[in-house]
Amino acid sequence: MTENGKASSRPTVADRDSSAAIAVDHLVKVYKQTRAVDDISFSLPRGSITGLLGGNGAGKTTTIAMIMGLVLPTSGRVQVLGHEMPDESASVLGRMNFESPYVDMPMRLTVRQNLTVFGKLYAVKNLTERIARLAADLDLGDFIDRANGKLSAGQKTRVALAKALINQPELLLLDEPTASLDPDTADWVRAHLERYRRDNNATILLASHNMLEVERLCDRVIIMKRGRIEDDDTPEAIMARYNRTTLEEVFLDVARGRANGAKEAVR
Amino acid sequence: MTELSLHRGISLHRIGAMILRYWYLLLSSWPRLLELLYWPALQVITWGFLQYYIAENANFFARAGGTLIGAVILWDILFRGQLGFSISFLEEMWARNLGNLMMSPLRPIEFLLALMVMSLIRLAIGIIPMTLLALFLFHFNIYALGLPLIAFFCNLIFTSWSVGIFVSGLVVRNGLGAESIVWTLMFAILPLACVYYPVSVLPVWLQYVAWALPPTYAFEGMRALLIEQTFRSDLMMEALLINAVLLVASLGAFLALLRSAKRHGSLLSGGE
Repeated sequence: MTENGKASSRPTVADRDSSAAIAVDHLVKVYKQTRAVDDISFSLPRGSITGLLGGNGAGKTTTIAMIMGLVLPTSGRVQVLGHEMPDESASVLGRMNFESPYVDMPMRLTVRQNLTVFGKLYAVKNLTERIARLAADLDLGDFIDRANGKLSAGQKTRVALAKALINQPELLLLDEPTASLDPDTADWVRAHLERYRRDNNATILLASHNMLEVERLCDRVIIMKRGRIEDDDTPEAIMARYNRTTLEEVFLDVARGRANGAKEAVR
Repeated sequence: MTELSLHRGISLHRIGAMILRYWYLLLSSWPRLLELLYWPALQVITWGFLQYYIAENANFFARAGGTLIGAVILWDILFRGQLGFSISFLEEMWARNLGNLMMSPLRPIEFLLALMVMSLIRLAIGIIPMTLLALFLFHFNIYALGLPLIAFFCNLIFTSWSVGIFVSGLVVRNGLGAESIVWTLMFAILPLACVYYPVSVLPVWLQYVAWALPPTYAFEGMRALLIEQTFRSDLMMEALLINAVLLVASLGAFLALLRSAKRHGSLLSGGE
C-alpha cells in the first residue's frame, strides 16, 4: 500500500523473490518537491548482512523507515519476511526489530524495566531469563537497575541494542549502530552482531557512515546517492570496480562525483 | 503497528505492558505523583470556600448547597481525565519512544486503550483525595449522589477520552509544536458546557452549541439532582449517544492523522 492507498499489480522483485527477508521494488518517496527515495529496487536474502551507505540526505533513513512501515511510500512496494508492508505489518513486526538514533528508550525507567516492557510488547517467553542472557551478552549487569537517562552514550547504545534483540528478531534494522561508541566497545558490538547473525541465521540491514564497520560486517553493500542506488555489490567487487582499496575511498568518490571517472579508469 | 486492526483481536498482554510502562514512570517520579494531587486539592479548597461564602449571603445557593463544589469535582473529572490520557501519550513524545512503539507489535487501538486505563488510574490518584477533602472540609459528599454519579462520571470520562484521542492525533501529526493544544483545548469547552451555571444563561443560539457537548448534560444533570432532587436519565442517555459519535469521530481523526504522519515522515522527527 502506498500513501495514496494504491497497490501495484504488475510483477515485481517482491513477486519473484518471496523468500527474501526484504524485497523492495521501485520504491519512491517524495516529500513536497524532494525525491528522498527515487525508484530503488533490491532484495536481501535471509541470513545476509547488508550495508546501506550514503552521505547525509542520500535516502538511507527514509528507505529503512519505509521498510519498517513508519513512512508510507509515494509508490512502489516493500515486502518483509514475505509480507507486504505496511498492510501486513502485524504479521511481521513481532519477528523484526530495530535500533535508530531517531528514537530513545524512556529515560526514567531502569534498563531492566525498559527491557521488561518491550519484552512484554513482543510477547517474549521466559522474559526474565532472556533479559539475564542479554545482560550477560551485552555486559549490562553493572547498570541494569539504573535509570536509562543516567547512562553514558555508549551504555545507552548497548541498551538500545539489547532492546533490538529482545525478541530474537529474524530481521534486524540498524541505523548507525555503533555511533557514539568508543573503538573498543564498537568493535565488541560488531562481534556480537556477527555472532548473532551466525547463531540465528538473522538478516541484518545496517545504515552506517563507518566504512570499516561495513567492510568488516557486510557481505553486500548498497550505495545510495540523492535517493538512488549508485552501486550494489560485495564490498570487494565495489572496491575493485572503483579501483580503490577501502570503502572509504569509494564513498568519497561517490560523494564527490568522481564515481564515473573512477569506474571508467578501471575499464 | 497496523491501523485499527480490531478484526485481528486486541492483546491484553500488550495493553498490560503499556500500563506497566506508565506505572513504572509514575513510581519513579514523586513530582509527577504530587502534581496529580496538587491541582485537584487546590481547586476544591478554593471553590469550597467560595461556595461557603456565597451560601451565607445568597438564599438560592443556600438551597442549592454543593452545586459549585460538585461542579468543580465533575469538571476535574473531565479535565484531569483528558490530561491523564494526553500526558501519558506526551511522555512517549518527550522520551522519543513513539518510534519504538510504532515498530513493535503494539497496535494503535491497544495503545489508546492503555492510555484510557492510565487516565483512570491518574484520575483516581487525583480525584479520590479531592472528594475526601470536600467531605471533611466542606461536608460535601459527592458519593451521596449515588448511582447518578456513575452516569455523570461515564459521560465525562468518555468525552475526556475523545478529546484526548483527537489531540494525541494532532501531536502525532504535527509534533510537539502542537503540545499546547493538549493543555488548552478542554478550556474551550469550559464556558460552553455550562459547568458553573445553567444552560438557560446562554444566548439561545449558543445553547444549541452547548447541547452538542456531552459534558453539558452531566452538569445540568448534577444541578437537577442537587437543586430539584431529580435524576434526569434522559439527559444521560442523550449524552451517551453524543459521546458514542464523538468517540468514533476521534478514533477516525486519530487514524487519519497517524496516516498523514506516516505520509509526511513526522513519526521520525516528532520534534517541533
